[in-house]
Amino acid sequence: MDVLERIDEQVKNNPIIIYMKGTPKMPQCGFSSRAAQAMQACGVPFAYVNVLADEEIFQNLPRYANWPTFPQIYVGNELIGGCDITLEMYQKGELKPLMEKAAATSGGDTAA
Amino acid sequence: MSASRVEQLHQRLTQALNPVDVQIEDDSAKHAGHAGAQSGGGHFNVRIISPAFAGKTLVQRHRLVYDAVGDMMHSEIHALSIQAKTPDE
Repeated sequence: MDVLERIDEQVKNNPIIIYMKGTPKMPQCGFSSRAAQAMQACGVPFAYVNVLADEEIFQNLPRYANWPTFPQIYVGNELIGGCDITLEMYQKGELKPLMEKAAATSGGDTAA
Repeated sequence: MSASRVEQLHQRLTQALNPVDVQIEDDSAKHAGHAGAQSGGGHFNVRIISPAFAGKTLVQRHRLVYDAVGDMMHSEIHALSIQAKTPDE
């Protein structure tokens, strides 16, 4: 499967997914770490892809959504942004309801 | 070398977005030594106020900034922290 199709399936099959450097438990970059922490603080489960463990995704994700940096956070099949936007939404109290809504409307058929 | 990167960034943002204010902070030193800094790209914090952001979502605003910065991303710049506001905000 083409890598962009693979990314597209991940984004469509997971109501909330973060592409990050490292994992939520072992982040490898401060920006990824802060974004994942904010998401965890919302208490809604989410999927993640460690871009450092998948060279193909690391190379091609920026052109998938025309977004040059990591992390990238998708909620409800849509890019909400990177670390700055995710933290800003979290601080404004907008992140949790958005994540809850996406998780609820997905109907529970989540598989990473 | 860092100063010229800041100047370059400033010039590109000013040309593309006609901002009323741009503040750029070179944060590279804070990140020296971590994996992402090895490529030589810098970390910068950008605070930009421009009427170009009016009516745009945060994603759209950040894309405008990335587009303005263009090919400096990933060569000169490893990470860009962005605050993009309109004059009214």
